[in-house]
Amino acid sequence: MFEQIVFYCFAGMLIFAGSMVITVRNPVHAALFLVLAFFSSAGLWLLLEAEFLAIALVLVYVGAVMVLFLFVVMMLDINLAALREGFARYFPVAALVAIVMMVAVGTVVGRANFGLDKVAAPTPRPSDYGNTTELGRALYGEYIWPFEIAAVVLLVAIIAAIALTLRTTRQTKAPKPERQVLVRREDRVRLVKVDAERQS
Amino acid sequence: MNDFMTVLPEATLTALACLVLIVDVFRRSDAVNVTFWAAVFSVLLVLSQVAIYFPEQSGLAFHGTFVHDPMAAVLKSFMLVVMLLSFFYARDYFQRRGSTQTEFYILALFAGIGMMVLISAHSLLTVYLGLELLSLSLYAMVAMTRDSVEASEAAMKYFVLGALASGMLLYGMSMLYGVAGTLDLGALSGAVADESRHLLFTFGLVFVLIGIAFKLGVAPFHMWVPDVYQGAPTPVTLFLGSAPKLAAFAMAIRVLADGLGALAGEWQTMLVLLAILSMAIGNIVAIAQTNIKRMLAYSTISHMGFLLLGLIAANAIGYAASMFYVIVYAIMSMGAFGAVIMLSGPGQESDRLQDFAGLARRSPWIGFLMMILMFSLAGVPPFAGFWAKWFVLKEVIAAGNAWLAAVAVLFSLIGAFYYLRVIKLMYFDEPESPRAAVGAGEDAHLVFSVNGIAVLLLGFLPGSLMSVCLAAMLVNGG
Repeated sequence: MFEQIVFYCFAGMLIFAGSMVITVRNPVHAALFLVLAFFSSAGLWLLLEAEFLAIALVLVYVGAVMVLFLFVVMMLDINLAALREGFARYFPVAALVAIVMMVAVGTVVGRANFGLDKVAAPTPRPSDYGNTTELGRALYGEYIWPFEIAAVVLLVAIIAAIALTLRTTRQTKAPKPERQVLVRREDRVRLVKVDAERQS
Repeated sequence: MNDFMTVLPEATLTALACLVLIVDVFRRSDAVNVTFWAAVFSVLLVLSQVAIYFPEQSGLAFHGTFVHDPMAAVLKSFMLVVMLLSFFYARDYFQRRGSTQTEFYILALFAGIGMMVLISAHSLLTVYLGLELLSLSLYAMVAMTRDSVEASEAAMKYFVLGALASGMLLYGMSMLYGVAGTLDLGALSGAVADESRHLLFTFGLVFVLIGIAFKLGVAPFHMWVPDVYQGAPTPVTLFLGSAPKLAAFAMAIRVLADGLGALAGEWQTMLVLLAILSMAIGNIVAIAQTNIKRMLAYSTISHMGFLLLGLIAANAIGYAASMFYVIVYAIMSMGAFGAVIMLSGPGQESDRLQDFAGLARRSPWIGFLMMILMFSLAGVPPFAGFWAKWFVLKEVIAAGNAWLAAVAVLFSLIGAFYYLRVIKLMYFDEPESPRAAVGAGEDAHLVFSVNGIAVLLLGFLPGSLMSVCLAAMLVNGG
């Protein structure tokens, strides 16, 4: 009973925060509501006995990613009027697609297919069960190959980010002092003979 | 064979790609060729490994996340060969522009790792990660020329739409996982057979199929193809339009045939729609294009539609026909974009159709090879493209879809117009202004010749490649 109350609290908070993210006008507020959404889903994960993931979600997403996100949002001068341009024009099509999707998802993901009689609730683990240990075993055992590939994906992200933003000596026109001191008079000065007065 | 030996080519390529990266950092700023040859050497080494460890049977590694079978080995070999040739084309292009950008080779190597992972994926997780590794490298490659507005726009479009498609794919996968409780494609195929959960699996399938269709560039998920092909630098377009198609095909086979084979009835209908739409849009819109890169982009869309026809048969012979098609297509499209690279001058692209006018008189050999490629793309016998279409159509008719074959032939006939127009331009038209002969280097000429003659040879001896494809697909279990 207590668990259900906690679940509905967090779930309600999550839905509220999620809808606020996409409806509030101020992008900073939207980012802050996203933080709230992360907190509530971390609470839900705790109920699922995934303590490590819940804490990692708060530490990584709330602590690091969202702070960075807030910085970016504050630094960019987001023009809301330009973003909302054409909203009325696209609204009917978007609404139609959204309604069709909602009906489709609603008929599939519901009590009939995912009720407690279809998908049983997980059995509670004993108190000495370590979520972190199990996660480590899965990550470095069963899923070692995907884990390594994910590492390569991150490496490519680094390379791509550097390749797209770096302007080293290969591309810049910065002066090179060691070459400047070697310049001789003949390289730079050219004497041109100009007549003193116009020839008539 | 232990797990590590199974992934030896992938592991080697990863190590070598990192090595090339380091070599690239410490090379002299004008010694671009050092990076180039390092990259070529890496691909050659990995190619030899794939050839040496060619498997007889399919085997799993790393708890079933990686599969090593003849289909993977064949596709990887062709992918590596195509990648190798595209490096030579790219060097010619960058050299003549005096560009010292070598990120192309490094990102291409990483894209190669992604493709190999994708081709050998045996779990939804590896399918997704391989795909992301490939796509991420490609986004960066398209965006590489920062000063070009067109390239930036293309990269942005590709990135945003690609992310959306990945999201769709991921949603579908999470749905499949939620119902089946497994990510392993082998276990998934067992779970899908459960009739009572048919609707749930179909729901997941729709999203997964959207993701696959986007990556293949099939209508109606083709919007990015023309813009990206036109906006990207030509070597990147060449790379983008050839090797990744092999990986996308493997992804379709792995997910649809291996994983969701029991839902064949559902995805066959969807594929028929996608195929007809792609062939219609691709072939008809291509006629209106004046830019050859854009024209070839629409041609890609139509060819990918044709490729799907082979999957509709849903048996090993049909998959083999599609595999033959995608291999031949990768070689042909590489050649066609190669010609655009050969023609480009030091300062400007030659990607208008008009730039091909009178090519046969300026450079008879290049004109001749381009004619072979265009005939092959149009599906004129006896070139390789004809046999590719022939094998696929035979399976479509054998599966009892004679009307579908008729539609495919009709659209191919419409499509033949714009390929033949290029030949007419090359052989019978005069250029607007006098132009110099093609200024590409010796090695680009050599690679282009090899490319064109490969299409010619495959046209005369299609049986050998087809039997390789068939043998691979029969082991796969189809």
